Amino acid sequence: MLLSRRSALTSAAVAATLPLVRTARAQKPKLKIGVLNDQSGPYTNTGGATSVVCTKQALEDFGVATKGMDVEVIAADHQNKPDLAVSIARQWFDRDGVDMLLDVPTSSVALALQSVVREKNKVYLNSGAASSALTGEQCSPNFIHWTYDTFMLAKSTGGAMVKAGGDSWYFLTADYAFGKQLQADTSTLIKASGGKVLGAAQYPFPGTTDFSSFLVQAQASGAKVLGLANAGGDTVNSIKQANEFGLNNSMKIAALLMFITDVHALGLDVAHGLNLTESFYWDMNERTRAFTKRVLPKSPTNYPNMDHAGCYSATLHYLKACADMGVAEAKKDGVATVNRMKAMPVEDDCFGTSKIREDGRNLVTSYLFEVKKPAESKGPWDYYKLVATTPGDEAFRPLADGHCPIIKA
Amino acid sequence: MIMIFGIPGPLLFGQLLLGLINGAFYAMLSLGLAVIFGMLNIINFAHGALFMMGAFTSWMLLNYVGIGYFPALILAPLLVGIFGIILEKTIISRLYKLDHLYGLLLTFGLSLVIEGLFRNAYGSSGMPYRIPEVLSGATNLGFMYMPNYRGWVVLAALVVCISTWLIIEKTSLGATLRAATENAPLVQAFGVDVPRLITLTYAGGVALAAFAGVLAAPIYSVNPNMGSNFINTVFAVVVIGGMGSIMGSILTGFGLGVVEGLTKVFYPQASATVVFVVMVIVLLVRPRGLFGKAA
Repeated sequence: MLLSRRSALTSAAVAATLPLVRTARAQKPKLKIGVLNDQSGPYTNTGGATSVVCTKQALEDFGVATKGMDVEVIAADHQNKPDLAVSIARQWFDRDGVDMLLDVPTSSVALALQSVVREKNKVYLNSGAASSALTGEQCSPNFIHWTYDTFMLAKSTGGAMVKAGGDSWYFLTADYAFGKQLQADTSTLIKASGGKVLGAAQYPFPGTTDFSSFLVQAQASGAKVLGLANAGGDTVNSIKQANEFGLNNSMKIAALLMFITDVHALGLDVAHGLNLTESFYWDMNERTRAFTKRVLPKSPTNYPNMDHAGCYSATLHYLKACADMGVAEAKKDGVATVNRMKAMPVEDDCFGTSKIREDGRNLVTSYLFEVKKPAESKGPWDYYKLVATTPGDEAFRPLADGHCPIIKA
Repeated sequence: MIMIFGIPGPLLFGQLLLGLINGAFYAMLSLGLAVIFGMLNIINFAHGALFMMGAFTSWMLLNYVGIGYFPALILAPLLVGIFGIILEKTIISRLYKLDHLYGLLLTFGLSLVIEGLFRNAYGSSGMPYRIPEVLSGATNLGFMYMPNYRGWVVLAALVVCISTWLIIEKTSLGATLRAATENAPLVQAFGVDVPRLITLTYAGGVALAAFAGVLAAPIYSVNPNMGSNFINTVFAVVVIGGMGSIMGSILTGFGLGVVEGLTKVFYPQASATVVFVVMVIVLLVRPRGLFGKAA
């Protein structure tokens, strides 16, 4: 059969556009999530690889493949250094096309990233850092603080201590943004309830392993409560050494930030009786147990704590918002994506339902736990007894007290 | 109550004592470093990692084999010492003819690898290790509440430091060792197996680090980073004491522990820096260190 000139031209034209169609399909907008946390230092177990596992679990549970979405998760180690974190984030945004920055423990690092994300108009969901300044004076329209903060810890753990008669405090504080903020938030609360702060030792972070000097000073101060405004390995070491020096006989210890991973490191024979606050416990209800069962095969030696659960919950909610507004739109405008997330109610296995406030605070329920005695623990990681529950709208600092500048505008 | 610089006397005495306890760890670690540097001319940056291995070995002995604290005090240094022999034979011995810097880089790399492997296997939060029953509890000294275990640490550290010094300075084995570092070919001509002597010296230094690790296990959380927290300070101790000087590193170790302890009372924020301030001053005034031999 002879080809007419017209049909030959048409088929040539069609053939010429074929590669274009193919590349257009390959360039279906792809979401990229960057998990930036400590993967080798003191906060490796509280965040680290388990955060990445939980983020990927959210992709699976959301069903990105069946919904036809293309999502990739990458991760890096910020080594708790703000300068390093900022350069990784810039590279991620400029070269690798990352759309959402996730986890980021260590308050000094978390605060340093606010301006970078805002400048690039991306999305920044923080689960790991504690400082309440992130939704206060340092707040940003691109930012949501997901899991907990220093105010909530102070109110829950500190409040319970004061209520039980612990009205004079001595602080052992890690000398950087997080420790200072936690000490400040707790001090405000103690003074408001009629208690007093007798002193504080601010020790260099990182690099301090021996706390005995400070513990002896705390003992000499005559305070009723030793407030630990530190985290991770520092908390573990200070509680261990407080026991050694018999502080637990003369003072009450308030571990203001402690994760289940730290309790595991201490062992129940030392940790039992401590009060602490988390917004997630793996053995809380059917849904949290189901979540843990899904995640555990990929992180067998490290059970998920609230930081990890926060990475899961934040990613899931982010994907819902992106699907709702369209991936292409979401990639274009970080502020619009965050606003869409704020407009939608949060709902997942880890935290149940919650609401995100205008200043970027996710109002999750906070739980006060007591660590079980060795005899009460029935299985691996069976560590907590629930003591009190604070609903999300009471757990956090009132909006007006935060002085977040984007609210005024 | 007596007041000294506005601090109640009893509190100050307590802090001096605590400083001595920390100094005991500095002394033991810097002693091992000084021995290795003095005899092998290797700046052993892997010392912190080997200290950590000592602590982990005692934890493993307890949890996998059921061997308690006191046997571990002997066994862990032995096992880590054997590991040291393997390291020296296979890797470090290749660098003796090169500049110090290569040894430093190599051992620094080794420490990163060792710590990384442990972090991969055990995470970073650390493992619990209990104080042995006999040494638990505390004694009221009047001016402070002194945990029995810390007293034991100072005692054990003193015994180990002094015996090491005696072995190196006062025995014929020590004399051979010192001769071998001065002039190896000559000592070899007398029929002494110098390479073996050097290997054993390295193993000995490593065993000292591991011994300190076992002592540290019940006080600090047993975690992969525990050595790197110490190592910078310990290097400063060695430099201040005079590279390679045995007695210098023992005395400086205890002395700097006390200086650091006092800083924690007056201005805690500076407690991590004070050792390095002392180091700068000493280097300016006496570049060879407080106890270093003149060139």
